[in-house]
Amino acid sequence: MTNEVKVAAYMCKGCGLGERLDTKLLVDIAQSEGGVSICKSHDYLCSSDGIATIRDDIDNQGVTHVVIGACSRRSKTEAFNFSATDAGRVGAADEATKGVAVARANLREGVIWSQPDSDDARELTQDMANDYVRMACAEAKFMQQPVADPERGANKRILVVGGGISGITAALESAKAGYEVLLVEKTAHLGGWTKTFHRRLPAKEPYAHPHDNDIDELVNQIEVAANITVFLNATLTKTSGAPGQFSVDITTESGATVTENVGALVQASGFTRYDASQLPEFGYGKSPDVVDQIELEALAKSANGPNGEGGIARPSDGKMVESVVFVQCAGQRSDKPGHLPYCSGYCCNVSIKQAMYFKDQNPDIDTNVIYTDLRTPGNSEDFYRSAQLKGVVFTNGTVNKIEVNKIEVNKVGTEGDQLSVNFHDHILDQDAITHADLVVLATGQVPNSGVDIESKIPDANDRADNTAGQSAQVKVSVESILNLDYRQGRDLPHLKHGFSDSHFICFPYETRRTGIYTCGPVRRPMDIVQSIEDATGAAMKAIQAVEGAAMGRAAHPRSGDLSYPSFRKEGCTQCKRCTVECPFGAIDEDENHYPVFNESRCRRCGTCMGACPVRVISFENYSVDTVGQQIKAVDMPDEFDEKPRILILACENDAYPALDMAAHNRIEYNAFVRIIPVRCLGSVNLIWVTDAINAGFDGIMMMGCKKGEDYQCHFVSGSELAHERMSKINDTLSQLQLEPERVQTYEVEITDIERVPKLINDYAAKIDEIGMNPFKGF
Amino acid sequence: MNQTTSVSDPSPVEKYRNNFLKEVEANVEEGDWVKMCMQCGVCSGSCPLGSAWAHPPQELFMMIRAGQREEVLRSESMWMCTSCYSCVVRCPRELPIMHIMHGLANYANRLGLAPKMNPTKRFAKLFWDNIAATGRVNESRLSIKLYFMNGLVSGIKTAFAMRKVGLGMLKTHRLNLIGFFRAGGIKEKNQLQQMLNKAYEIEDKRKGLS
Ligand code: SF4
Ligand code: SF4
Ligand code: SF4
Ligand code: SF4
Repeated sequence: MTNEVKVAAYMCKGCGLGERLDTKLLVDIAQSEGGVSICKSHDYLCSSDGIATIRDDIDNQGVTHVVIGACSRRSKTEAFNFSATDAGRVGAADEATKGVAVARANLREGVIWSQPDSDDARELTQDMANDYVRMACAEAKFMQQPVADPERGANKRILVVGGGISGITAALESAKAGYEVLLVEKTAHLGGWTKTFHRRLPAKEPYAHPHDNDIDELVNQIEVAANITVFLNATLTKTSGAPGQFSVDITTESGATVTENVGALVQASGFTRYDASQLPEFGYGKSPDVVDQIELEALAKSANGPNGEGGIARPSDGKMVESVVFVQCAGQRSDKPGHLPYCSGYCCNVSIKQAMYFKDQNPDIDTNVIYTDLRTPGNSEDFYRSAQLKGVVFTNGTVNKIEVNKIEVNKVGTEGDQLSVNFHDHILDQDAITHADLVVLATGQVPNSGVDIESKIPDANDRADNTAGQSAQVKVSVESILNLDYRQGRDLPHLKHGFSDSHFICFPYETRRTGIYTCGPVRRPMDIVQSIEDATGAAMKAIQAVEGAAMGRAAHPRSGDLSYPSFRKEGCTQCKRCTVECPFGAIDEDENHYPVFNESRCRRCGTCMGACPVRVISFENYSVDTVGQQIKAVDMPDEFDEKPRILILACENDAYPALDMAAHNRIEYNAFVRIIPVRCLGSVNLIWVTDAINAGFDGIMMMGCKKGEDYQCHFVSGSELAHERMSKINDTLSQLQLEPERVQTYEVEITDIERVPKLINDYAAKIDEIGMNPFKGF
Repeated sequence: MNQTTSVSDPSPVEKYRNNFLKEVEANVEEGDWVKMCMQCGVCSGSCPLGSAWAHPPQELFMMIRAGQREEVLRSESMWMCTSCYSCVVRCPRELPIMHIMHGLANYANRLGLAPKMNPTKRFAKLFWDNIAATGRVNESRLSIKLYFMNGLVSGIKTAFAMRKVGLGMLKTHRLNLIGFFRAGGIKEKNQLQQMLNKAYEIEDKRKGLS
C-alpha cells in the first residue's frame, strides 16, 4: 500500500461508444481532471488486442490501477480482471503477477444505452460520460487491490452437531468427500427420531408403499467410517473462532471436556416434538388411545416387531384396532395460543403412511383421514393415490372435539376407551360424529434451534397484531446448542417461529454465521428425504467454507472476495455500532470495548462501514473515500445552467443489475442522474449524503433490496438499517432548511426493470418541482 | 333437499366407515372408483346440470364415504345425468364419473329404492320393457307409451304438440305406424327371455339381491 500509485485509463469505442461519445474528450478529461498518467482509447477494448494493451502497460509501465471506460462493471468481468488470484483460475498462485485494482466507468449501460440517440440529447449524454470517467478516475486512486487476510485459518475438519438423519447424512457426505468429521450427539445413540420409526416414506418409484427404515445401515456406515469421530452424550459448551479456525469445547455427560479445532460446523439439531398435551380438546392425555404420529410409530414398531403380523392393539385395553381416525393439522396452521401457526408439510404424508400400516396388515380396518387440505407435494401425490387404492378414506373436514368414554370389552372383561370424533364435514357441510378405536394426531415439528438471540420483549408501542403474533408463537428451547462466544449471542439468529435464518430465496443454505450451516428441521419442517437432501447441501456448504477460508475468500453473496474490513483503532470511539449492526456477528469486542474483526466470519457487506460515525472502517477496494471521492468528482453545473444533478446509490445486488437490464432494453431515464453502485445499502455512510449535498447535488436516491420480515436484502438487515438511518436524516435536512424529498430511499428488486427508470424520472420531476439545492456553488 | 331422507334406515350404518363404500364397490358398475375421488369438485363445477341437482357428483361420492346409504340410493340426482361426459374428461383422478352415476341409478333401481316417479327412471323402464319384449325397439309403441305416461289428457296434448315432428318422420320413413299394431322383433323371443333371466339370476347371486 506504500507503493507508488500509477493509474492508467482506457476508453473503449466499441458497442457504439465511439459513435455516440466524443472519446477524445473522455481521454482528455481522464488526463487533465482524472490525473491518470496513461490514457488510451481502443476500438474494442475487450478484444484480445485491447486486453493485451492493458496487460502490457501493467507489466512494462508499472501501472498499478486501471480505469476502464466501457461497459458496466457487470459485463466482461473476466476480460477486465487483472487481479492476481482471479477466481476463474483455480489454484492460481498468489505470488504470480501482482494484481491491479480496476475501476469501471459505465459508459455503455449507464450512458449510451439509457439515453436517447438524438442530436438534442448529445450534450447531456456526453456530460454523463464525462462525469463517469471523472468518477472512475477518482475511485481508482483510492482503491487497493485486496490481498487475502494473512491471519486466515486453514483447518478443514467439519463438526456436525446432531446425530439424527440430517447430521448422519452431513457427516457421511463430508467424509465421503475426504474431510475429517467430528459428530456430536446429545443422546447415547445415533439415529435420532428416525430410529424410532417403523417405516419410512417412499423415496423412489413407484411411491406406493412405505419403505423399510434403513437408519441402522446408515448408523453402521458412520461407525465404520475411518474419518468420522463420534461423541455421544455430548454437547458443545463453547464455540469460538471463525471459519478455518473454530475452537470447540465438547463436553460429555460425565463433565469431561475436550477442545477441538475445526474449520466449519453443520448444525443438525433437528426438532422437538410438539407437545400434544396442549390439545386437550382432542382428548390427548385423557385416553392412551389418542396418540401423536411419533407414538403411533412406536405402536407399529412393537406390533409388527420381528414376527410381524400382530396388528396394532389399542393401548387402553389391548384390543386389536378395527377403526382409526387421523386428525390432520392438529394444533397446526392455527393462530390459537400454543398452536403452531405454520404447516409442517410432512405430516399429511406420514398419516397416509401410517394408515397404510393398518390397511396393509388388514384391509378391513377402517382408516379415515380427516383433513382440511391434503398436502402431498411432488411424487407424494402417487402415494396418496396408492392409499386411496388401498381403501384409506379421506374426509375433508375439521375436527372440533374428541370425546373419551369408557366401555366394556366383552372378551377380556377389561375397560377400553371409546373415542367419538366430532367434526365438520366441509363437503356435505354438516356436523358429524365417527367412532374410533384409535386416534392419531398429526402434530408438527418445533425447531430445536437454541436461544433466540434476537428476541425482544414486545414493547407497548408494538402494533396490536404484532403482539398477538408474539403470543401465538411457540416457546422454543432455551438451551443453547452452539454456545458461541460471539458478541451477538450464543446461537444462530432465527427467522420466524424459531427456524434459523437464511436467505431463503437466493442462497438458502447460508445462515447468518459464516462457516456454520444448518440443515434439517431446524431450518424448516422436513421429512427424511428432504432432510437428507438438505444435509447434503449443508455438507457442501461446509466444505466450501473451509476451502474458501483457507484462501481468505468470502462466502455468499460476495463469494471469492478477498477484501475484508480493517479499522483504525486510534479513531474508534467504542460506540459499538459496528459490533451491534453487523448482520453476521463477525465483530467481537476486546476487553477495552474495541471491536475485534473476525475476517473469515465477515461477508464483506460494509454495514459496519456505513454504521461507523467516525469512519474508521474501510476495505482495500471499498471505503468512505472510494465512494466519497466519486461524489466529489462530479462536475457540478451552477444553478443557472438548469442542469440538476441527482445522486443514486444503488445496491449492487438488485438495483444496479436492474438498471443495467433497463439499459439492455433501451429503457431511457433522466440524464441528470449519476449512479454509484454500493455493496449494500447498509454500507452507505451518512457522510456521503452530506458530501453530496455539499457538492451541490439536488437530490439523492438510495436503492436497496426489500427489507423487513420477508427481506430480500442479500445481507439480511443492511437495507433495513439504511432505511432506519435515513429516516433519521430528516431532522438534519430540516435544520439545513432542506426538503425531506432531497433524500429518498427505495426498495428495488432485480426484476424492476421497467419500474426503476420510472422511479428515476418521477424523482427528477419532483426535484424539478422543488427546485435546485440552495447549497449549490457554496 | 332430498325429500326421501326422512325414510329411516332399517340397519343404521356407522357413519364415516367403509361399509357403504364397500357395498358400492361390490355392486355398482365402476363403483370401485369412488374411493379414488380426491374431492376437488371439478366434476360438480363442470356438470352442466349438477347445480340444479340436490347432490352433484362430488357430493354423492362424499355421501357414499360418509355412509349415507339411504340418501344416496333414494336420490334423484344420478338419474338426471345426461351422459354428456364433461365430468369424465375433466376429472384429474380419471374417474368414470358418468358410468358411476348410471351404475348407482341402476343399483338403486334393483334394490327398489329409486324414486318412483322420476321421469328418467320411468322412461328407462318403458324403454327396457319395450326392447326386452321383442328384442328390438318398437319406436311407435315407445313414443306413444312415453306420451301417455302421465295419463290420457297430457298424452293427447304431447302428441298434438309433436305432430309436425311425427308427420315429418312418417314422410321420411323414419317412423313405421304399422309397427304399432304388429309386434315384430326377433325370432325365438323365448330364448331371449331365457338369456335375460339367467343374467338376472347371475347378477342377483353376485350382489346378494332377491
Ligand atoms: S402437512 Fe398436512 S397435516 Fe401437516 S400441517 Fe400441513 S396440511 Fe396439516
Ligand atoms: S462487512 Fe458486514 S459482515 Fe463484515 S464485519 Fe462489516 S458488517 Fe459484518
Ligand atoms: S372431478 Fe373427480 S376427483 Fe374431483 S371431485 Fe369429481 S370425481 Fe372427485
Ligand atoms: S356426464 Fe352426467 S354427471 Fe357428468 S357432467 Fe354430464 S350430466 Fe353431469
